[in-house]
Amino acid sequence: MAVRSVASPALAGRQLPNQWDVIALCLVFGLLALIVQGSRGMTAPLAAPVTADLSLNYSNLPYYALRTTLRMFAAILCSLAFTFSYATIAAKSRRAELVLIPLLDVLQSVPVLGFLSFTVTFFLGLFPGSTLGAECAAIFAIFTSQAWNMAFSFYQSLRTVPRDLEEVARSFGFSGWQKFWQLETPFAMPGLIWNTMMSMSGGWFFVVASEAISVGDTTIKLPGVGSYLALAIEQKRIDCVAAAVVTMAVVILAYDQIIFRPLVAFSDKFRVELTAAQTEAHSFVRDLFLRTRWLRQTSRAPARLFHRVALWRLEPPARVERLASNIRLSSRLFDIAWYVIVVAGAGYSLYLVYDFVSRDLGLIDVSEAVGVTFITMARVLTLIALASLFWVPVSVWIGLRPAIAEKLQPLAQFLAAFPANVLFPVAVVLILKLSLNPDIWLSLLIVFGTQWYIVFNVIAGATAFPNDLKEVAANFQIGGWDWWRKVILPGIFPYYVTGALTASGGSWNAAIVAEYVKWGDDTVSAHGIGAYIAKATAAGDFPRIVLGVCVMSVCVIMFNRLLWRPLFGFAERRLRLS
Amino acid sequence: MLDTSVPLLNIRAVSQTYQKGSGEPGLPVLDNISLSICEGEIIGLLGRSGCGKSTLLRIVSGLNRPSKGEVDYLGALVDGPADGVAMVFQSFALFPWLTVLENVEIGLRAKKVAEDESRRRALEAIDLIGLDGFESAYPKELSGGMRQRVGFARALVVHPNILLMDEPFSALDVLTAETLRTDLLDLWVEGRMPIKSILMVTHNIEEAVLMCDRIVVLSSNPGRIAAEIKVDMAHPRNRLDPEFRQLVDHIYALMTKRDDSARREGAFPGLGLGMSLPIVSTNTLAGMMEEVAGEPYNGKADLPALAESLQMEIDDLFPVAETLQLLRFAELVEGDIKLTQAGRRFADSDVDVRKRLFGDHLLAYVPLAQRIRRVLDERPSHHAPATRFREELEDYMSEDYAEATLRSVTTWGRYGELFAYDESSQSFSLENPQ
Repeated sequence: MAVRSVASPALAGRQLPNQWDVIALCLVFGLLALIVQGSRGMTAPLAAPVTADLSLNYSNLPYYALRTTLRMFAAILCSLAFTFSYATIAAKSRRAELVLIPLLDVLQSVPVLGFLSFTVTFFLGLFPGSTLGAECAAIFAIFTSQAWNMAFSFYQSLRTVPRDLEEVARSFGFSGWQKFWQLETPFAMPGLIWNTMMSMSGGWFFVVASEAISVGDTTIKLPGVGSYLALAIEQKRIDCVAAAVVTMAVVILAYDQIIFRPLVAFSDKFRVELTAAQTEAHSFVRDLFLRTRWLRQTSRAPARLFHRVALWRLEPPARVERLASNIRLSSRLFDIAWYVIVVAGAGYSLYLVYDFVSRDLGLIDVSEAVGVTFITMARVLTLIALASLFWVPVSVWIGLRPAIAEKLQPLAQFLAAFPANVLFPVAVVLILKLSLNPDIWLSLLIVFGTQWYIVFNVIAGATAFPNDLKEVAANFQIGGWDWWRKVILPGIFPYYVTGALTASGGSWNAAIVAEYVKWGDDTVSAHGIGAYIAKATAAGDFPRIVLGVCVMSVCVIMFNRLLWRPLFGFAERRLRLS
Repeated sequence: MLDTSVPLLNIRAVSQTYQKGSGEPGLPVLDNISLSICEGEIIGLLGRSGCGKSTLLRIVSGLNRPSKGEVDYLGALVDGPADGVAMVFQSFALFPWLTVLENVEIGLRAKKVAEDESRRRALEAIDLIGLDGFESAYPKELSGGMRQRVGFARALVVHPNILLMDEPFSALDVLTAETLRTDLLDLWVEGRMPIKSILMVTHNIEEAVLMCDRIVVLSSNPGRIAAEIKVDMAHPRNRLDPEFRQLVDHIYALMTKRDDSARREGAFPGLGLGMSLPIVSTNTLAGMMEEVAGEPYNGKADLPALAESLQMEIDDLFPVAETLQLLRFAELVEGDIKLTQAGRRFADSDVDVRKRLFGDHLLAYVPLAQRIRRVLDERPSHHAPATRFREELEDYMSEDYAEATLRSVTTWGRYGELFAYDESSQSFSLENPQ
C-alpha cells in the first residue's frame, strides 16, 4: 500500500480561531442542545430496550461480521453523498464557504462518541418500536467519524484544480455538470479514495462502540461484532473476546484486499503528474478482474451509462441564469444579509446551549468539566510523547531498511485500522487482576489504537528519505545524537506531524471509551473528561453530556490550533524535502 | 494561400488591469491594444514574460474579459469562449485520466456531437497530426512532443477558424520543438489544417521569425504594441539566411531599446523603491560578466549570438542583462551588451573584491537595498522584520512581484554583505552568524 502523507487542508494558514470559527462552534453546539432537548421528550416511550437476540455462539460470528460490514458500507455511502454535496457547495459558493468550512473544522474536532447518546435517542424517536432507529443511530455515528476529512479532501481538490485544465474545460464550453464529472471529480479522485480509506480505518472503532450502547435505562444491541463483544464483556467470556478479535482482523484484511487495494490502484490513473509513478500500486484482485472476460463485459454497460450521464449538459434554463446574474448585482446587500442571518443563528445557538445547560448545572460543574478536561489533555499529550519516544526510533530503523519496511508497513496500517476497543477487555482484566492504578494504566488504552498512525507515517517518511542525504551522512561520518538531531529527525518531521496529529485526534475520541471500561459488573474508571462523558451517558444525564462535549470540543480545537497547526506550518515551510 | 484581407477577429482598444489583494485596481497589464486577425496569416505576439501576451491571448479566446475595450469575432462581441476559436496550451493541459482518443474527442462530446461523428473526426485529427497508433495511450505514457501533438489534435478537431497557441513549444526540448514546428508549418503551407489563421504567443524571437507572417512586438509594463513587423519570406525559411538573421537582430534591438532615455532603470517597471526586480542569481550575473569580458567578445557582445552560445531564451537572458545594466556593470545598446569599467573590474577580480564591488553598486543603484540598509543602520537593535519592507513594496506592486523583488534584493544583499537575513525569524540584521 502506498502511503502518501495526507493532511487536513485546513492545517495550512489559519491558526487562532477567527470570528467564523466561533460562529461555527456556536452553531454546532446549538444544534446539539436542540437535538437533546427534542429527544428528551422522547426518552419516555423508549423504556422497552431494543435488543436483538444475541448469542455468544462462535458460529454466529460470520453473520455478525456481515452485519457490521454492511453498516460500515451504508455509512461510507452516506459520507460520499455528504462529501459530494457539502464540499461542492462550499467550493462553489463564497458565502456558503465562509460558514461551511469552519463548521467542518469544528465538527472534525468534536468527539463523535460524545454525540452517541443523543443521536441514539433521536433516531429511536424517529422510528419508534423498530430497530431501524437503532441502525440509523449506529450508521450515523460511523458517518460522523468518516465524513469530515473526506469532505475536506474533496473541497481542497475542487479548489486546486489546475488552471490550464480548467481553461480547457471552459474553452470547450463544458457545462457545470460536465465539468464536475469530467474534470473536478476525476481530479479529486486520488485524494478522496485515500481519505475514504483512512475514514474506513477509523470507522471500525466507532462501529464497535456504537452497536451496543446504554443511555440511562435504554439499552440497544444490534447484531454485530460490537454487540457480540459487549455481551462477552457482560458475561466475562474472554474466549469470546478473542473470537471477536480474530473476526475483526479477518474482516479488515478482507476489506483491504477486496475493496481498497483495487481502488487505490485504480485511482493512480487520475494522478495529474504526467510522469509515470515510480511505485505503481498493485492489487491482485484488480489484476484478476482485468483478466476475466465475462465480468468485464458485465461492467461495461454501467460504465457506458455513467459516461453518458457525465456528458449531460444539464444547464439551468436561461430564466434561472438571468435571475442568478440579477442576484449577483446586489451582492453587497446579500453579503450583509447573509452575515446578519449567520450571526443571529450563532447567537441563538449560544443562547440555547446556555439555557439548556444552566437549567441544571452551575459554574461549579463547568469548572469541574474544565478541570477533568485538562487531566485528559495531560494524558493525551504524555502518551503521544511516550509513544513517539518509543516508536519514532523503531519506525526510523524499519523505514531505513526497505525490505523490512515493505513487510511491516501494511501491518502498521492494519493495526491502525484495527478497533482497539475490541482489545480493551483484556487490559481491564489485567488491571483488575494486578490491581493497577487505573489513572495510569487506563491511559495506555488511549494511544493503544492510535499510535500506529505515528508508526506508519514515520516509516513512510524514513523510506522516502533521500538516498543522497543518507550517503552524505555516512560520508562525513555523522553519527550518534548528531545524526538524529540534524539528519533524520528533520527529514521525517513532516510525516511525524501528520501521524501525531491523526493519533492525537483519535486519542481524544478513544478517551471517552478508554477512561471508563467494564468487565462484567466491575467498572474501572480514570479521572478525565472521557470518563465524565461516559458516566453521564450511562446515567442518561443530558446536561452533563452537553457540557462535557462542549468543553472537550473547545479544548480539542484549541489544542489543534495552538499546537499542531504551528508545527505543521513549520514542517511545511522549512522541512519539506522536495 | 488564402486571401489575407478579411478580418476574422478584431481587438479594439483592449486594456487590462490586475486587481490588487485589496480589490482596488492595480497596475495595468495591457494598455490600449488594437489588432486585427485576417484570414490566412500566422500572427506572433512576441514579448517578454510579464508583458501580458498570455493575458491578451486569453482575452481573445474569451476566457478572460478585458477591463476596457472589446473583442469581436466574425462581427459578434466575444463575451465567453467562442465556437471557432481553439487553444493549444504551453503545459499541454491534457486530462491524464483520458486516453489520447478520449482527450481529442472530449471537446466534441461535450457539445453533444454524435458519438460516431466525433469518433470519425477525432481519428481524422489524430491521423493528420501524426498520432496514429497512440489512440489508446494515456498522456503519462507519451513524450512531451507527443503530448503536445495531442494538444494540437484536440484543438483542430473542433475545426476552429482561429487557432490560438500559448507558447506551444516552450516546454519541449530544442529538437522536439523544431520537429513539431516544421510539421505544423508543413500542414499549414499545404493547407491541410481545417483552420483559417493562427495567433501564437512566444518569447522566442527566432521562432517568431521562422513561423509568422506578422510579428507584433509587445513592450512590458504595461503591455503596449511596440512594433508590428511584416515577414515576407517564403516558407520554409532558413535560419541561416542573411535576411532572417538581420530581422532577428533588428527585433533584438527593438526589444532592448529603452523607451525613455531619462530613466536609466528603464528596463524594470516602477521607479525607485517601487521597482519590480526579477529573480536572478549572483552566480548568473558573475558568469555573464565573465562571458562577455572573455574571448571572443572582449567586453561587448551581440545579444542574439550570446543567447545562442549560452542556450538562453530571451526570458532568461534579458533579466540578467538588465540587472547588470541597473547595477551599472553593463550597458545595453542596440541589441548589444557592453561591460562598463566596473563590469570589467568585477570580471577580473577575486571573490572578496567582487563582493565589495557588488555591495557598493547594490547600495548605490538599488533603492530597496539602500532602504533596508538605512533602516538597519538607524535602528539601535540593527534588526528589522522583512514584513515591513514587503508591505511597503505591496503599495507599488502585486504580492507575487513584491515577494520576488524582496527575495532578489535579499540574495544580492547577502552576497554583497550589506546585511544578513534570518529565515526563521524572517528579519534582516547587520550581524553575520558566528
